Amino acid sequence: MSETHDTWRKPPFISNPVIRWAVYLVALAYFLWVGATMPIDWGRVAEGFARAGRIFGGAFPPSFERSGLLIDGFLESLKIAVLATAGGVLLSIPIAFMAARNVAPLPIYYFGRFVIILARSFHPVIVAIVFVKAVGFGPFAGMLTLVVYSIGFVAKMLAERIEEIDFGQVEAMRAAGAPFLSTIFYAIFPQIMPRQIGLTIYQLDSNLRASAVVGIVGAGGIGATLANAFGRYDYDFALAITIVIVGVILVSEGLSGQIRKRIA
Amino acid sequence: MLEIKDLVKRYGGGDPVLKNLDLTIEGESVVSIIGSSGAGKSTLLRCINRLVEPTSGSIELNGTELTRLRGRNLRAARRKIGMVFQGFNLVDRLTVMENVQSGRLGYISTWAAILRRYPKEDIRRAYELMERVGIAHYANTRADQLSGGERQRVGVVRALMQNPDILLADEPTASLDPKTSEQIMGLLRDLAGELKLPVLINIHNVAEAKEYTDRIVGMRYGRIIFDHKPARLDQEEMDRIYSGSPHADRNENLREAS
Repeated sequence: MSETHDTWRKPPFISNPVIRWAVYLVALAYFLWVGATMPIDWGRVAEGFARAGRIFGGAFPPSFERSGLLIDGFLESLKIAVLATAGGVLLSIPIAFMAARNVAPLPIYYFGRFVIILARSFHPVIVAIVFVKAVGFGPFAGMLTLVVYSIGFVAKMLAERIEEIDFGQVEAMRAAGAPFLSTIFYAIFPQIMPRQIGLTIYQLDSNLRASAVVGIVGAGGIGATLANAFGRYDYDFALAITIVIVGVILVSEGLSGQIRKRIA
Repeated sequence: MLEIKDLVKRYGGGDPVLKNLDLTIEGESVVSIIGSSGAGKSTLLRCINRLVEPTSGSIELNGTELTRLRGRNLRAARRKIGMVFQGFNLVDRLTVMENVQSGRLGYISTWAAILRRYPKEDIRRAYELMERVGIAHYANTRADQLSGGERQRVGVVRALMQNPDILLADEPTASLDPKTSEQIMGLLRDLAGELKLPVLINIHNVAEAKEYTDRIVGMRYGRIIFDHKPARLDQEEMDRIYSGSPHADRNENLREAS
């Protein structure tokens, strides 16, 4: 006679109960310890509120008086973003092929992965600081920064797409005796093209946003205009710039989303 | 003439998938290879055009030894071996004409291929072949818009564009419905006759093998155990080819060895 089963429980995430409870307790203890030992000076927080109040008081109403400066800054940011996207995406394509396990031999694969990891390991602001030191203040440093930033993202995503292709199409070209580059152009590019276009548009949008940030450390564009406005205590102009940045990013994000939806 | 001698293919350290296999294809005959899944049919076909690397043995096509070719010479040899695939392996996002012309990639420069500047005689030949199999009106259609049977016709034309000395078909009808499947088999047989081309077809459908091919090769666990005219394939031979499983065969080998 067989027993009837009418209860079932999902197996726990960590099956060993000793390890499970130990992990929970250690995590809880760490959070409590961090909360208790973090130096939070409430007096400084209160002072900060007062200072923030002064800044915001000075910022209203936003001043669009020097809109010429604002527009120039933006045009420079746009130039940085467009050039960096073009350069970054062009460099990303060969790097992505190098970093795709199904098409690259092992040593080249490791090299490609290494380039991507290097490009991804530093935040754009840190890269920008290095490039500003290297080539001086201005948009050129910003552009170089965003090229590196673009490679980190586009090459990585494209390499993943190349690894997902239907390899039968590559086999068909090989079986026909096609040389290496012809095989890539006929069997692989058509398969990755939609993702390639989508990534480029996304990266343009992303670079426009990032160009405002890297400008603050001296790499040109609207970020530099914003940093200058803050430095001169022109809080009303700074607010105007901020409003325009938010507006432009909203518009570009909406546009890029629409375009990517159409081509998917 | 295709001459395979003592061919062995072993994946990793296990039992070989092909065991000292000999096979000769002469003239312009249509030969089918039958056998249960795992018998090594696909591996045999892919060893011929080196999509799979043979472990040892020799494969000669019209006097050229294929097993040791590398680089440019391998590509030149592959141009002379057309292949039709079970999953068609068309480039979905390209037009039918581009897919058909991809059979010529071994002959034209990469630059010409990228710019789609195909030689006039290639375009003429493509239209002739597409006309012959009834897909000429799809020249500008994207490959993924076609039905299964139409897609396989594109696959056949692509292989024939290579101007091959032999045509390999790896289960060309396994993804098709019965009626379309018969059409494609008939087409392969007729084209073989018209172009004086030997054709080697892996196939699961024994009835089609009997009807459309001149010679049937039966494989079981890496060996050829039947090689005759279709009429000789009776129920007893069928049982010999299809009974048991690769697993049972392995046990048999162990018994023989001990």
